[in-house]
Amino acid sequence: MDDLLREFLTESGEHLDTVDAELVRFEQDPNNETILRNIFRLVHTIKGTCGFLGLPRLEALAHAAETLMGRFRDGLPATSASVTLILLTLDRLKEILADLEATGTEPAGSDDDLISALERMAEGSAEALEPAAPPPRPEPVLPDPVVRELKPGEVSLDDLEAAFLAAPGPEEADFAAPPPVAAAAPAPKPAAPAPQASAAPVEAVEAEPVRAEKAEGGTEGETTPGETTAAAKGNQTIRVSVETLEHLMTMVSELVLTRNQLLEIARRHEDSSYKVPLQRLSHVTAELQDGVMKTRMQPIGNAWQKLPRVVRDLSAELGKQIDLVMVGAETELDRQVLEVIKDPLTHMVRNSADHGLESTAERVAAGKPARGTIRLAAYHEGGTITIEIADDGKGLNLAAIRQKAVQRGIAAQADVDRMTDAQVAKFIFDAGFSTAAAVTSVSGRGVGMDVVKTNIETIGGLIDIATTAGRGTTFTIKIPLTLAIVAALIVRAGEHRFALPQVAVLELVRVDAGAQRVERINGAPVLRLRERLLPIVSLTGLLGQSQAGSETEQAGFVVVAQVGRERFGILVDEVFHTEEIVVKPMSVKLRHIPMFAGNTILGDGAVVLIVDPNGVARQVAQGVQGSGGHAETDDDAAGEVVDNKTTLLVFKGGQGSFKAVPLSLVTRLEEIECAKVEWLGGRALIQYRGRLMPLVPADTAITIKSEGTQALVVFSDGERAMGLVVDEIVDIVEERLDIEIAADRSDLIGSAVLRGRATDIINIAHFLPLAYDDWARGLKRPEQLSTILLVDDSAFFRDMLTPVLKAAGYQVITAASAEAALNTLQSDPKIEVVVTDLEMPGRSGFDLVAAMRRAEPRLAALPVIGLTGAIGADAVERARTLAIADLVAKFDRAGLIAALAELGAETVSKAA
Amino acid sequence: MQAANANATGAQASTNGVETGATNDFVTVFVGETLFGLAIERVHDVFVPSGVTPVPLAPAEIVGLLNLRGRVVTAMSLRRRLDLPDAEAEGEGGKASPKMAIGLEQAGETFALVVDGVGEVLKLGADSREAVPINLDPRFRNLATCVHRLDGRLLVILDVDALLGFTAAGAKAA
Repeated sequence: MDDLLREFLTESGEHLDTVDAELVRFEQDPNNETILRNIFRLVHTIKGTCGFLGLPRLEALAHAAETLMGRFRDGLPATSASVTLILLTLDRLKEILADLEATGTEPAGSDDDLISALERMAEGSAEALEPAAPPPRPEPVLPDPVVRELKPGEVSLDDLEAAFLAAPGPEEADFAAPPPVAAAAPAPKPAAPAPQASAAPVEAVEAEPVRAEKAEGGTEGETTPGETTAAAKGNQTIRVSVETLEHLMTMVSELVLTRNQLLEIARRHEDSSYKVPLQRLSHVTAELQDGVMKTRMQPIGNAWQKLPRVVRDLSAELGKQIDLVMVGAETELDRQVLEVIKDPLTHMVRNSADHGLESTAERVAAGKPARGTIRLAAYHEGGTITIEIADDGKGLNLAAIRQKAVQRGIAAQADVDRMTDAQVAKFIFDAGFSTAAAVTSVSGRGVGMDVVKTNIETIGGLIDIATTAGRGTTFTIKIPLTLAIVAALIVRAGEHRFALPQVAVLELVRVDAGAQRVERINGAPVLRLRERLLPIVSLTGLLGQSQAGSETEQAGFVVVAQVGRERFGILVDEVFHTEEIVVKPMSVKLRHIPMFAGNTILGDGAVVLIVDPNGVARQVAQGVQGSGGHAETDDDAAGEVVDNKTTLLVFKGGQGSFKAVPLSLVTRLEEIECAKVEWLGGRALIQYRGRLMPLVPADTAITIKSEGTQALVVFSDGERAMGLVVDEIVDIVEERLDIEIAADRSDLIGSAVLRGRATDIINIAHFLPLAYDDWARGLKRPEQLSTILLVDDSAFFRDMLTPVLKAAGYQVITAASAEAALNTLQSDPKIEVVVTDLEMPGRSGFDLVAAMRRAEPRLAALPVIGLTGAIGADAVERARTLAIADLVAKFDRAGLIAALAELGAETVSKAA
Repeated sequence: MQAANANATGAQASTNGVETGATNDFVTVFVGETLFGLAIERVHDVFVPSGVTPVPLAPAEIVGLLNLRGRVVTAMSLRRRLDLPDAEAEGEGGKASPKMAIGLEQAGETFALVVDGVGEVLKLGADSREAVPINLDPRFRNLATCVHRLDGRLLVILDVDALLGFTAAGAKAA
């Protein structure tokens, strides 16, 4: 394919896209002469160039379309049907161009259908409007080249002029435009081609090959007129191949690198005389880099070009009236990014038109303007570009989405109920998710939004939805300005440095063995971050480099990252600095590794790998570093679940069902020989450490075995002990608990899902009286019946601690929040001690104590024991200032009892 | 010298259809004691690799990435490609720079073939060419196009495309 043809292809492609968009505008604004003139000129240029290059099909089609458009210019009303016809013609032109690009020759075929339709449209209306128009035909110049086809290498300027003049050019259009009255004068020409067009294909077929040859030979002669037209509008731009730019980019990167090295050397030699020129070099290099980056930028309008046409076709297809408003089309972004978002944008606009906007009737019924509006807006914001796609339609049907999510098994009903609307809306990004009641040809097949999301995320973008019922839906996409250069955090993991794209990074947390330390649940590392549990992956572990994972996790940094809804921490050994890095693609041999997005050369010349947060997120979700590492969703704002991290003993008890009991309550696990079980008065006992210990089955279905060994869970309190008979000890797990309270069984607190199994949490308070009927009566300290107010937001803890405290001989009143506690305190003067959880959502335990200290003297003087998950130095300090008597770890039952006893002793001694 | 022999094998080589023309130039490289030849048209660079960044989770053949005049180049070990153990120098701490590397290009991408050393460029004709002996290790057989008899030693001509033709999956399986 010669250069001329290639140039023609790119140029025509662009022209056609513009015409597409302009036509739609014209249809809405038929009196706008400027638009029409523009369209006319573009089609004319295409036609003219086709003539030179010997492309008869294209020429004939363009010609026929031009004719019809000429009629518009003469005052023929632009009906929807005629515009559709022209749009169809443009599509055909594009098809032919595509073929031409692939094969280098114009494909065979007939366009008579379209041409005759166009002619009919032009003529039919012509009769109606201006019967006088057709007669004066233009000079039949076209046959001319056929006559002179003898010299393949030569084409005269006359020919070219003639070919161009055969149809009206833009200058004439200019003429025609200002005085509408004068339209009649140039009219003959545009009207004329109709008969010509029918003749053209026949003639052209023979003429073409020759013309093509001529085109090659007589380049100078030919291109002149073509270029003048192009130059007129193509305000001083030139076409440069992307490869050239890419190469330039590489070279500049290398120049930057060299400059950095030079600067490094200059820094070491103080007296150097080349400091000044080096400075200049440095500036020039920076500017050059900027300049080269700019060459890669394109206005986002390029990606929007097809949208007016899409919307127009859709509104016809769907029978809706849709306006497309585009704001900020000039916003520039990297062409690579542009390529990636082009299709998602189109898809989303289609979605908005189909799903988002109601039918005209519905709109009117809802009291909205009959025409729906889809608004596209783009603007710069920091280092990113924000694109909004908003419709003023009915909004997402959140109820339907909730239902569908449950139906498809994506989420449980309970989860869905708890989710916020924003979270629910995000379900539409799940694969195969469509709530459209009817599948239309436009959308509703549930293919797409997930692809949209994936596409946007691959370039480090984010997508968000805001929807208001009856008011519309807005999608907000944030994408980086360029893919080529990103801000990245340079970190060290093991022996090597890696780059982490900054877009995904939320914050950095230093971790060490002290207050901020990485904890482990069954080997899966997690971090407590502002009362949330953050799953952690170590970068070395992820990359299969860690030898002894635990020691590297003693100190380092956690890079808190967020990808979509997943939030997780990446553990690295060291964080250096942020750097603008030039992203280079991974070698094909390495592209299969999901962990890396590319590589780059740092200022010091070293190659580092760019970690792909998306890849890491996937690995986190799959729990590559052991089970239980499932990512926390960022917005389970219902804080009550978050810190219920409990160590539980799981056992089998009764018909193979799983039961669990907080490990903190358990004294010992035993395995006894069944032969040693003694029966006294219908109760099983065993001699245990020199005493008799009653045995109680954990479930009525359990019978104490008569032979072999029997597993026991031993609970003890002071001198007393009880053996809970279980079938089998299964495991000890540490998990966050989400307990559903059992309705009517006193032996169970409730049930929870542990390790994917439904597990009953047993209520020890139920079993203790079975062993000793006086246990619960608290015989030990009958004289000291203090009343305790137990404040904890978690029902589980209240239920767990109440029997413990009761068993220790206290009256217990509970409160679920600081507010409730204050109310109770004010109304109940019996309360002598307050035991409160310090970490509660809303007002914390500290706030509660502070409020108490400010209150009436009785409350201000009350002793307080704080329960806390982690006793850090700052917590201790704060506790001291608030005169909190003691801090006890949340699961330290013995510690709590001891602290209470101490308090009791103190008050007794004070009283004495 | 051994004319009769050369004729016989010459016929064989031409049926192989690998090379045409009178003589071909080869860049010789060695790995351990074995001498290998690479068609000179394919060799873009000969350089000393330094600052190689290892790529975790990469196929074993890939030593890492390095910066060759502003381009990121994927370095591949010929030793590992041939299933030979790493040389002592390479083994030390894994960080010691390998001795030499050959810049090869395939499908617009540059690769560095890390070898123990680079020898001279040899002009070799069909007369010394032999087919790849069938008893060769399959790893070698798949990568070699032919063998040239030199004075006192043999030169195994490597097929550059085959050399670079491993896929990620294949490398993992191997």
